[in-house]
Amino acid sequence: MSYQKSSFYHPRLPVNDLGLTYRDYEGALSTLCAGCGHDAITSAIVQACFELSLPPHQVAKMSGIGCSSKAPNYFLNKSHGFNSVHGRMPSVTTGANLANRDLTYLAMSGDGDSASIGLGQFAHVVRRQLNMLYVVANNGVYGLTKGQLAATADKGVTNKGGELSLFSDIDLCVMALQLGATFVARSFSGDKKQLVPLIKAAMSHQGFAFIDIVSPCVTFNNHASSTRSYDYVHEHITTAAVTDFIPVKTEITSDCQAGVCEDICLHDGSLMRIHKLQADYDTKNAMKAINDIESHKQKGEILTGLFYLDPNGESFHDVNNSSDTPLNQLKQEVLCPGNRVLSSINDSFR
Amino acid sequence: MSNTSSSKQVNTCQSINDFVVRFANTNGTGSASANNMFAKAILRMGIPVSAKNIFPSNIQGMPTWYEVRINESNFLARRGGQSELVVAMNAQSLLEDIDSVACGGFLLYDSSRALQTHEIRDDINYLAIPISAICQKEYQDPRQRQLFKNVIYVGALAALLNIEFDVLKTLVGEQFRGKDKLITPNIYALELGYQYAHQHFQCPISLRVERRELINNRIMVDGNTATALGAVYGGATVVGWYPITPSTSVVEKFASYCARLRIDPATGKKNYALVQAEDELAAIGIAIGASWNGARAFTATSGPGISLMTEFLGLAYFAEIPMVLVNVQRAGPSTGMPTRTQQSDILACAYASHGDTKQVLLFPQDPFECFTLSAQAFDLADQLQTPVIIMSDLDLGMNDHLTAEFIWDDQQEYQLGKVLSAQQLDELDEYGRYLDVDNDGICYRTLPGTHPDKGAFFTRGTSRNRYAGYTEKSADYVENMQRLTKKFNQAAKLMPSPEIKQSSKRAKIGLIFFGTSSHAIPEAIQQLKDHGLSVDTLRIKAFPFCHSIIDFINDHQDVFVIEQNRDSQMRTLLSNELAIAPNKLNVIANFDGLPLTSLFVVNKVLEHFAQQSSTSQTG
Ligand SMILES: Cc1ncc(C[n+]2csc(CCOP(=O)(O)OP(=O)(O)O)c2C)c(N)n1
Ligand code: SF4
Ligand SMILES: [Mg+2]
Repeated sequence: MSYQKSSFYHPRLPVNDLGLTYRDYEGALSTLCAGCGHDAITSAIVQACFELSLPPHQVAKMSGIGCSSKAPNYFLNKSHGFNSVHGRMPSVTTGANLANRDLTYLAMSGDGDSASIGLGQFAHVVRRQLNMLYVVANNGVYGLTKGQLAATADKGVTNKGGELSLFSDIDLCVMALQLGATFVARSFSGDKKQLVPLIKAAMSHQGFAFIDIVSPCVTFNNHASSTRSYDYVHEHITTAAVTDFIPVKTEITSDCQAGVCEDICLHDGSLMRIHKLQADYDTKNAMKAINDIESHKQKGEILTGLFYLDPNGESFHDVNNSSDTPLNQLKQEVLCPGNRVLSSINDSFR
Repeated sequence: MSNTSSSKQVNTCQSINDFVVRFANTNGTGSASANNMFAKAILRMGIPVSAKNIFPSNIQGMPTWYEVRINESNFLARRGGQSELVVAMNAQSLLEDIDSVACGGFLLYDSSRALQTHEIRDDINYLAIPISAICQKEYQDPRQRQLFKNVIYVGALAALLNIEFDVLKTLVGEQFRGKDKLITPNIYALELGYQYAHQHFQCPISLRVERRELINNRIMVDGNTATALGAVYGGATVVGWYPITPSTSVVEKFASYCARLRIDPATGKKNYALVQAEDELAAIGIAIGASWNGARAFTATSGPGISLMTEFLGLAYFAEIPMVLVNVQRAGPSTGMPTRTQQSDILACAYASHGDTKQVLLFPQDPFECFTLSAQAFDLADQLQTPVIIMSDLDLGMNDHLTAEFIWDDQQEYQLGKVLSAQQLDELDEYGRYLDVDNDGICYRTLPGTHPDKGAFFTRGTSRNRYAGYTEKSADYVENMQRLTKKFNQAAKLMPSPEIKQSSKRAKIGLIFFGTSSHAIPEAIQQLKDHGLSVDTLRIKAFPFCHSIIDFINDHQDVFVIEQNRDSQMRTLLSNELAIAPNKLNVIANFDGLPLTSLFVVNKVLEHFAQQSSTSQTG
């Protein structure tokens, strides 16, 4: 069930450039378990979209099936949403994006949805360089089917039922880096300070942006032997770099010590400011990022932050050389060659 | 004429414009374009002709046949049986090919290797041409030696069958337009064969063609090309696909027509997008995503691809998303006979996906209908907000057929169905995606991005209420499912109606068929008449069915459902959907993977009556 929130507005709620309040970006009342990491992601998305002053109706919310895939119902009520089938959100988003290149595609998936049943579609949408933000809410389990181990669960951990994860885990960030994603990051649902700027930057990025968000499942994966529990993540998180997102219109006032900061200009002119916690952190080197992720994992640590950014990468429509007018807006006069052309085509079959 | 005479005294086949030529080749040797040229030459001489390519699921080195039927009465289905003339170019299948010559018929073969005694039949005529030896002498390059063999036998056939040589020369000129260097050597090779035949045989032989004016405005083209063109004219802009025979050329042709017709003249940019997806699940997902977002989109597949697409077909049915799926059917189950034809996905498509689902199907019979129905499918999908499946088959899709020329009414406008604009949304008091405002089961869609704060909804494959909100309330679920039934019944009104041919004095026998089975029917009617049986016919063009089908069935004492699958799937669908007693429908089911012949139909009908009279005698 989705419950509608009360529409009572506090008259003095802050408004953004569009004159919209935070509440204009909210969705239906969440029906996820209290404390579920996915709800924290939802609120980070709401905040990011509010702060970006995105017109909500210009966003399309895409998802597969799972608790995580339900989340789009809980944000951006004024956006169209598409809750497709399990593991197949990437193809549906591909079609939607091909039809209308002008919308912002915000997709939400789970680790079951993306790393198991949908792994093929995940890989191919990265390759295809679709202009979208792909978020995986990574809890190491299948929440909606009650706690079976997901392929992202670390080898050797157990789920709530005591089942041991026997096989090596899949790291979707590593895959995305290998397959040429132009924006790759990992974050933690409990770290809104890191998450919000990352989402903002990813939504402004032109090209395929991927954020893997560790998102504890309080019901099935928040126990002592899990590496996706709140406690574990809090204790083992390591941050490569802290990012600020500075939209085009805002003057850059962010204070930051020289030498540890780097500004990267995104396509729309906004800036991604990276505070390097590790002095040598380089967001232009995908191979090194893969190495860093793996070496931290070997130490039992979860490396978070922005791993890779190529602000000038091509996206699908550049490669396809698609018309600037979205395909769904082309009129019959443009699409249909008419009977005169047809009669010359007929002549080629005589 | 010593070379052509047979030892036994048999009647040599004689015919003008009514015979079958069967070419036996090895695939990958370039025979296809030469054989094609042969068929096209007959067409250019104004004589009705059909060509069936019987090819293996293999790229090189396997036997492949090309059957050309020439028939002035326009009986252009595969005739079946033996052929009057066989061109045997494949040593591997030679014995089989010799057997396939009709008594009194002709075998043209490459006599560079002498025939063995067991390869000699005394009731047929041998046309010996040392084709390999000629090529060996004329050409140095091994590739040319191979390719020109085919052209040489076409040249020889021109002499033997009295094909106008100028027609062939024109065809060569057209085929190699832009590669003009190839024209002279090809014409030279034609002449080599032509001269050889003239010098060694009495030309023409007793089979021959004579110019007629029987083609009128018809064209000769394969169904996949027509379907692709229909999609271009129907306004499709987004395609997701995954290669599979025999559907591949639908998308390939779509791509090549788009490259010609859909490039923005000012910017050079594409007014379409095509994605070769990772599999059929993604292919249909792309089509659904694009259609959801208001573009016209399709995918094309066959056999195994249909199985993979069923989950998504259920989503599109239930979430009410338009899309077009082209199913070029092939022989199943599983990988089956990938290069043979069948109509065996009727039930899999009509009820595609789990739960209570029903899908809209269209059954084109020829390339003209492939074109027309393909374009119309996009209107129907948009009007009904549901998938529309075009049920073609390998014979229709991949073989060239003589068909009415394509026409497009420039006045006709795309029917985009019930999609609300921002202004319409502003004028509404209340919007519910699944509110049955017009009481026809079809509700109003909105497209993402239309209005800043009205009309957004959540599309889902889970149960929902009228306002697209998730619900598990039984009443809401039932209401929605019943509305979908209402919509499906409504769909029947928009479907092309069946083609009924009924004599004024109603016949006792009624034949029901669909798709390519229709090719064999005119000839079957004629043959049945010769047996004193007159028949009425009904050709199904779409599912959901029109009610006129029930009347037709009730009006005929003996009704036969003719189809190309083992389990008489259309019969099942008819009984099930129209509440017709199954025993009212007699089965004529051809499922050997080859196009249906009239002979098969006639024999089954005669068998039926023979059985009936024997049981009535004994009982
Ligand atoms: C084809 C198919 N198989 C199985 C399911 C059942 N199913 C629903 S959600 C789910 C797993 C979801 O896990 P994940 O994507 O990690 O989401 P979470 O609930 O953990 O957020 C499964 C297996 C389904 N809906 N469809
Ligand atoms: S089961 Fe787990 S993932 Fe699903 S809503 Fe509950 S806490 Fe979240
Ligand atoms: Mg999960």
